[in-house]
Amino acid sequence: MIVRIPGLLRSYTAGAAMVEVTAGATKPDASRGASVDSVLMELDRRFPGLRFRIIDEQAAVRPHIKLFVDGLLVRDLAHPVHAAAELMIVGALSGG
Amino acid sequence: MVTPKKTATPARRRSATTTLLIATRKGLWTLQSDESRRAWKLNGPHFLGNVVHHAVLDPRDGRTLLAAARTGHLGPTIFRSSDRGRTWKEASQPPAFKAGSGRTVDHTFWLAPGHASEPGVWYGGTSPQGLFRSIDGGVTWHGVDGFNEHPDRKAWCGGDQDGTPDGPKLHSILIDPRDPAHLYIGMSSGGVFESTAAGANWRPLNRGVRADFLPQPDPEYGHDPHCVRMHPQSPDRLYQQNHCGIYRLDRPSENWLDIGATMPKSVGSIGFPLVVHPHDIDTLWVFPMDGSSVWPRVSPGGRPAVYRSVNGGRTWQRQTTGLPASQAWWTVKRQAMTADRAPTVGVYFGTTSGEVWGSRDEGRSWRPLARHLPHIYAVEAA
Repeated sequence: MIVRIPGLLRSYTAGAAMVEVTAGATKPDASRGASVDSVLMELDRRFPGLRFRIIDEQAAVRPHIKLFVDGLLVRDLAHPVHAAAELMIVGALSGG
Repeated sequence: MVTPKKTATPARRRSATTTLLIATRKGLWTLQSDESRRAWKLNGPHFLGNVVHHAVLDPRDGRTLLAAARTGHLGPTIFRSSDRGRTWKEASQPPAFKAGSGRTVDHTFWLAPGHASEPGVWYGGTSPQGLFRSIDGGVTWHGVDGFNEHPDRKAWCGGDQDGTPDGPKLHSILIDPRDPAHLYIGMSSGGVFESTAAGANWRPLNRGVRADFLPQPDPEYGHDPHCVRMHPQSPDRLYQQNHCGIYRLDRPSENWLDIGATMPKSVGSIGFPLVVHPHDIDTLWVFPMDGSSVWPRVSPGGRPAVYRSVNGGRTWQRQTTGLPASQAWWTVKRQAMTADRAPTVGVYFGTTSGEVWGSRDEGRSWRPLARHLPHIYAVEAA
């Protein structure tokens, strides 16, 4: 699957705006299929530190981050993803 | 009360240049002086766009730098340099509360190098109040359970939504140079607490400190110390700038002495930072701010002034030479004032309007060292 990386996080991906991830590569329980969480775990394995910048220690998406799976806003990390899905990570509009 | 004998300790021989680490809401800058401390060069930014709450050099090796950062969107982390800021790497495990605790670290607010006998040990204080420790020079961080999991922690600190407008904070992590297990912390809110077991036990240490924002005038905890300092040469001498005045404590006494009462009434005794003279236990500086009505927290009357005491707070002198005489509504945050260790001490502060001011004669005269920086959170001499 494809993960779209916002500019905020490209220091972790050596500037890459798009990363291909094998969905479910690190899922703890193969019978449950791939989820947003397993994709983010795999992303963090390849780009250490990235996950904690967008997901807090209580496994919640940080307040100004949004995750979209195939265009659908997702807050639940258990949300399933399929092999051809696209996960888009967005820094919500805020600044100053 | 035990009054320690006044000791004027000799200045440590060292390079005559001073480096200031300037942590701001938009990144980290450094100011490097020449040997006379007359000429200064501004370098940076590092981490442009990151909110850098604190940056500290490890005095034990003179080259390890830690910076506590987050951005408006991304969660908190720690950056680490082992070559005085030429290169940086991110901590592999930044401070974070335990999964399932329901608590999240918003940002690391305070960094403190550990005891001289424990190289690689650092402490971090967070918002909301949490205490963390690293034993590998800031690469990985673990919660100090004796504080974070203490059954009374919530009673001491209130909820994570309580506290200052920028979020409740654990700050002023002080390590007794005679005993690595003897620690003090300050919390806004919560008060000053002491541990004699490297953070495994804690007890409040607030007797004599007012908390006039609480229904009970003399509570055991719940106070709002803004900045607590231990004298590096005489660690039984503590000072604090509090939401309710300026105080001194001479251990083993447990009664803080109100030394802000001698400040001019028109100026008051409210502010955020407090700086101790590195060679003289009785000399300290504060930067008063307006604490009246809705707590404007700017220089009283728009006339910035540093106040110095050379007798442990019995009397104060106003030090304004070189500072604007009017219409300068400055705010100086609790980590944004510091001193170097030169024989004639240099004193420095940074404002939330992005100016750095310095004195190379212990506050007698001031001049601007940098302008047009972002909102300054912390200034540390390295």
